[in-house]
Amino acid sequence: MLDFQLSEEQETLRKTVEEFAREVVAPQAFASDESGEFPYEVVRQMGGMGLFGLPFPEEYGGMGGDYFALCLAIEELARADSSVAITLEAGVSLGAMPLYRFGSEEQKREWLPRLTSGQALGAFGLTEPDGGSDAGATRTRARLEDGEWVIDGSKSFITNAGTDISCLVTVTAVTGLGVGGRKEISSILVPVPHSGFRVSKKYSKVGWHASDTRELSFEDCRVPEENLLGEPGRGYANFLSILDEGRIAISALGVGLAQGCLDECVAYAKEREAFGYPIGRNQGIAFKIADMEMRAHIARLAYYAAAAKMLAGRPFKKEAAIAKLYSSESAVDNARDATQIFGGYGFMNEYAVARHWRDAKVLEIGEGTSEVQRMLIARELGL
Amino acid sequence: MNIVVTVKQVPDTWAEKKLDPSDMTTDRATVDNVLNEMDEYGVEEALLLKEAHGGEVTAVTMGPDKAVEAVRKALQMGADKGVHLCDASLHGSDALQTASALAKVIAPLNPDVVIVSSEASDARGGVVGALLAEYLGLPQLTLARKVTADPGGGTVTIERQTDNGYATVLGKLPVVVGVIEKINEPRYPSFKGIMAAKKKPLVTMTAADAGIDPGSAGPSGAYSEVDEAQPRPPKAAGQVVKDEGDGGAKLAAFLADQKLV
Ligand SMILES: Cc1cc2nc3c(=O)[nH]c(=O)nc-3n(C[C@H](O)[C@H](O)[C@H](O)COP(=O)(O)OP(=O)(O)OC[C@H]3O[C@@H](n4cnc5c(N)ncnc54)[C@H](O)[C@@H]3O)c2cc1C
Repeated sequence: MLDFQLSEEQETLRKTVEEFAREVVAPQAFASDESGEFPYEVVRQMGGMGLFGLPFPEEYGGMGGDYFALCLAIEELARADSSVAITLEAGVSLGAMPLYRFGSEEQKREWLPRLTSGQALGAFGLTEPDGGSDAGATRTRARLEDGEWVIDGSKSFITNAGTDISCLVTVTAVTGLGVGGRKEISSILVPVPHSGFRVSKKYSKVGWHASDTRELSFEDCRVPEENLLGEPGRGYANFLSILDEGRIAISALGVGLAQGCLDECVAYAKEREAFGYPIGRNQGIAFKIADMEMRAHIARLAYYAAAAKMLAGRPFKKEAAIAKLYSSESAVDNARDATQIFGGYGFMNEYAVARHWRDAKVLEIGEGTSEVQRMLIARELGL
Repeated sequence: MNIVVTVKQVPDTWAEKKLDPSDMTTDRATVDNVLNEMDEYGVEEALLLKEAHGGEVTAVTMGPDKAVEAVRKALQMGADKGVHLCDASLHGSDALQTASALAKVIAPLNPDVVIVSSEASDARGGVVGALLAEYLGLPQLTLARKVTADPGGGTVTIERQTDNGYATVLGKLPVVVGVIEKINEPRYPSFKGIMAAKKKPLVTMTAADAGIDPGSAGPSGAYSEVDEAQPRPPKAAGQVVKDEGDGGAKLAAFLADQKLV
C-alpha cells in the first residue's frame, strides 16, 4: 500500500510504448488527423508489439499481462495521439474483453486470437440514435427464428466497426420481456461484413479524426443462435461491468492527453519569448503549467488506485467513475490551457496542442458522460 | 546457427554528452543511458537470422553495472542469452582493449556469426568491430545493408553499402558481420518478451573470469588516451543559397558536396 511505483516490467513496458509513441505514432498524428484516415500501419505495428493482447492469457494469443498494463500503454499512446489510443482502448476493452469475460470456450477460440494479435478489430454496439446514457432504453430487437437471431435496429457512434480489419460487432438487443414486463437485453455477436448489416460512412467529428466511428444498421440481419454472448437476458448487466473497467482505460487515455499537453507547454514556455524573455517566466503562464502538472498527477493516481482495486478483486465502481470523471475533465482543462499558452499557434491544427484540444472534449462524453459518472458516484454514496 | 551480437549502453541520443573531467572518459552517471541505437539493428538482424535458420542468439556487452540494461533490452527483443563483462579494472578501456576483452568473452562461445554495428553513438570510433574480427582471427564483412546466410554451405553473403551503390560480398563461416542502419526495422519488445527476458540466462563475468590480464586493462594499459577535450563550438550560421535562376543546381551541388546525395 501507499506505493504506486511501477514494477520493473511495468516500467519497461511503459518506456517501450513511450518510445514507440515518440518514434512512430507522433510523426503521423498530424497527417492522419488531417486526412481522417485510419492508421492501419501504426495499428499493425501495435499488433506486433502485442498491445492488443496485453490483458489476455497466452492461450488466446494474449501477452499474459493485466488490465493495468493495458492502461499504461493507452496512456503513453494518448500523450502522442488520442485517435491511436482510442483504437487500442476500444479494440481491447470493448471489442475483445466482452468475449473474454462472457464468451463460451468455442467463441473465445474462434475470435480472440485474431483480436488479441491486432490483426482484426472488434466493436461494441450499445449506443443508439435515441440514447446512450439510458442504455436500458435499447430499441434494437433480436428474435429467434429457425435457430437464428434476426436483428433489427440501429446503433450510433460505434468505434472500430467500419475499418478494413473490423471483423466483429457485439450488439446489445432486446430479446424478450422478463418479469414485470422489463426488457430482457442480450448481447449477440455479429461477424462483419454480414448481410443485413450496414455501416454508414464515417461521421465528420470534432476530434479523434483518425479513429473509426460509424452508425450501424441491422435489417433482417440473421446470425446463428450460438452467437449469443453470455446468458440470455444478462446483456445489460454484462455490458455495465465491461463499462466499469473501460472507464479506467478511458481515464488512462485522459491522463495521457493531459500529460501530452503538459509536455508541450513545458518545452514551449522555456523557448517562446515575449517582451525579451521566455513566457514561462511569467507567473501567469508558470502557474497554469503547475496546475496542469497537478491535474495530470492526481488523475494518474486516480486510475492507478481504481486499477489496483479492480485487480485485487475488490469493488471498484466508484473509483473507476471518479478516475474517468477527473481525468476527462483534467484533459479538457489541460488542453484549454495548453492552447492558450501556445497563443495563435495553439489554434493551428499543425500543433499537437490544437489536436489535443479537439480530441479532449469527447472524453467527457464517451463511455458514460460526466453527468453519468456523477450519478454513479452519488449512487454509490447512497443518494 | 550460433549467433553472437555485441551491444553497448550509451548516453541517450537526446542527452547532452560530456566527458568526466577527472579521467576524460564518457560521463555515464549523470545522463539517461539506453541501448546504442545502431546496436538495435544488430540485434534485429541476429534475431532474423535465428528465425530463418534456427539456433541461438547471445548478446554480449562490456561496461559498468548499469550496462547490463543493454543486454536486457536485447533479451526483451528476443535474444536467448546474455553475457555482461563487468569489472572496475576495465573502466577507461580504449577501442583496442575493448575489442580484445570482447574477443576473450566471445571466442569460447564458438559463434558462427558475430554481428556488430558500425559504431556506438558515444565514442563514435567505429573500429571495435574490425578490431574484434582481428582478435578473433575471423574474416569480417562490413557495412552490410543485407545479410543472407547459408549455414549448410557454410557461407554468409552480404550487400555491402558503397558510396554509389553496393557490392555483393561472400564470406566463410565463422565470420564477423558489421551492419548499418539501412538493414532492417528493429522490433519493439513485446510485453511477453519483457516478461520472458527476466527468466533468460544472463551471466556476469569479471575480467579474471574472461582471462583478461589485469596489467593490460584500464587506462594504464591503453594504447590511446584522451589528453584534452573542447566542447563543440556553437552552431555556425547556415549558408544561404540565393536563387538567381540556378537555385536548384546550387542546392544540388551543396548536397553533393556534403555527400548527402
Ligand atoms: C467518438 C465517439 C465514439 C463512441 N464509441 C462508442 C462505441 O464504440 N460503442 C458505443 O456503444 N457507444 C459509443 N459512443 C457513444 C457514447 O457512449 C454516447 O454518446 C454517450 O454514452 C452519451 O450518450 P448520448 O450521446 O445518447 O447522450 P444522451 O444520453 O442523450 O445524453 C445527452 C445529455 O444528457 C445528459 N443526461 C442524460 N441523462 C441524464 C441524467 N439522468 N442526469 C443528468 N444528465 C443526464 C448527458 O450527460 C448528456 O449531457 C461513442 C461516442 C462518440 C462521440
